Amino acid sequence: MPLALAAALLLTAATPAPDAVSEVAPGVFVHLGQVAEAARDNAGDTSNWAFVVGERCVAVIDAGGSEATGRALAAAVRARTALPVCALVITHGHPDHLLGLPALAAALAPQRQIAAERLPAAVAARRGTYQALAQRQLELAAPPVIAVPGETVNGEAAIDLGGRRLVLRAWKTAHTDHDLTVFDEASRTLFAGDLLFVGHLPVLDGSLGGWLAQAPALRALGAARTVPGHGPVSSAAGWDAQTAYLAGLRDAVRAALGRHQTLQQAVAGIDAPAGWAMTELYHRRNVTAAYSELEWED
Amino acid sequence: MSFPALLPSALRRLVALAGALACAALLPLAAQAADEPSPDTEQWTGVRQYLFADRPIADNMGDVVELDAPFRAEDAAVVPIGLKAKVDQTPGRYIRKLWLLVDKNPTPIAASFELTPESGRADIETRIRLEEYTWVRVVAETSDGQLHMARKFVRAAGGCSAPAGKDMEAALARLGKVKFKLEGEVQQGKPTLAQVMVSHPNNSGMQMDQVTRLFVPPHYIRHVEVAYAGKVIMSADVDFSISENPNFRFYFTPQAGSGELTAKVVDSKDLTFSSTLSLGKTGT
Repeated sequence: MPLALAAALLLTAATPAPDAVSEVAPGVFVHLGQVAEAARDNAGDTSNWAFVVGERCVAVIDAGGSEATGRALAAAVRARTALPVCALVITHGHPDHLLGLPALAAALAPQRQIAAERLPAAVAARRGTYQALAQRQLELAAPPVIAVPGETVNGEAAIDLGGRRLVLRAWKTAHTDHDLTVFDEASRTLFAGDLLFVGHLPVLDGSLGGWLAQAPALRALGAARTVPGHGPVSSAAGWDAQTAYLAGLRDAVRAALGRHQTLQQAVAGIDAPAGWAMTELYHRRNVTAAYSELEWED
Repeated sequence: MSFPALLPSALRRLVALAGALACAALLPLAAQAADEPSPDTEQWTGVRQYLFADRPIADNMGDVVELDAPFRAEDAAVVPIGLKAKVDQTPGRYIRKLWLLVDKNPTPIAASFELTPESGRADIETRIRLEEYTWVRVVAETSDGQLHMARKFVRAAGGCSAPAGKDMEAALARLGKVKFKLEGEVQQGKPTLAQVMVSHPNNSGMQMDQVTRLFVPPHYIRHVEVAYAGKVIMSADVDFSISENPNFRFYFTPQAGSGELTAKVVDSKDLTFSSTLSLGKTGT
């Protein structure tokens, strides 16, 4: 790439402010986190979060990956509306979506905090690891406080924001075993959490088979736009690109198992496809997770 | 997909890579082991005293046993580990015991395996959970009573990787299913690779439910015994350092005529699971 072009791209895509949002549809505000691993220089701003403003109140979707993102999110909400926050919805319990919760909750006092039914157990099982990881990555003096929503959803639930309904839906194991999506009926915007990655390599921490099996239903929700957990707001094409990667991963791992390859051989032998960011950190891990799932297929 | 959104991070990485290469050129030697701490850890001192007292251990010579472990744990819940014998299993001299030790895990003695000349080769592959940067070790005891160690430093995973299981419901739904797989052709008199897989959450019980404030009760595999033609060829004491759905690759030496591989697995609730594989057939 010519240097001038590279420099121009760097300038135009300068790091957005941690409280920057764009209104992707009337009353729908989205912050795009950086496509990066959490680190001190990005202060954990490495995932997307959003809020939806109704006539009566506001719903916030995800909390970002640090106390700083939680505060930035609260500031972004208060810069645009004085309405109360009736719900904070967490799409899943990974630290890059969850760690902003205490700061956000303190600042905005949401009336309800909601997640999928299996989130509390999943976070309980990982709490120590997540605290140690965040402390190391964000270079914090002490491990961060991790809090989880007290209200859970199994199946579907609706939130009325006043003249605007959000439909929450918990899914079977896919990206994690506790994925939750939010659909804004007014703008037909789907907040997919990490059930959709755009540009950022999808990360498998649940079930490859479950993710592939449910992708058609997610795509068929017929959203006008989908806000992924990572990467830019997408059309249906985002689902297709992700499914191509996941199906390719499944096929390559099945072939390795068919050749009696060990896990180590499969990890070494299955290359990451081009066109994705973060493959260095996540592709070999995805092969590992896929292998230990698919070896139980008969 | 929006490629402009991807480019900055790719460019950042290129810049970082260029910087790293420049450093590497200036510091050709220091790079590899820069973050490797001393192998003489507090945990190892304790484990060594407990298991081996004052017996001498040949450290990291690689002539009897090697450890195959990744530089970085890609997935903290499933870290593949190979214990590789460098000597043949002959009745005269063989590896009779292998210990798999993980310094920084809550229980550093992840597994111990007892083997016999009939094992054919004292190679074991399994997967462990790993939470922190740690030394991983294998200690082999040969039939002449000598101890040999190999070790590697393994770095922890990044991102949202955690040692917990990914799909506890699926693991529980399949609880206790035991499956044999033969890897490659069975040849009489030659060490043949096989795999025994156990569907089990292998739960440490260290996870507190934040709502109920109760600990999840531990439930894990503690003993695995594999016999061929009626003789035990591998007997393993293991715990929850072993990954969800414990998996062991091992060798056995098929003999003339028929023979059966049998596995007996006992968990921490004294539930017993078993499986039998008649040679000549494949699958379970």
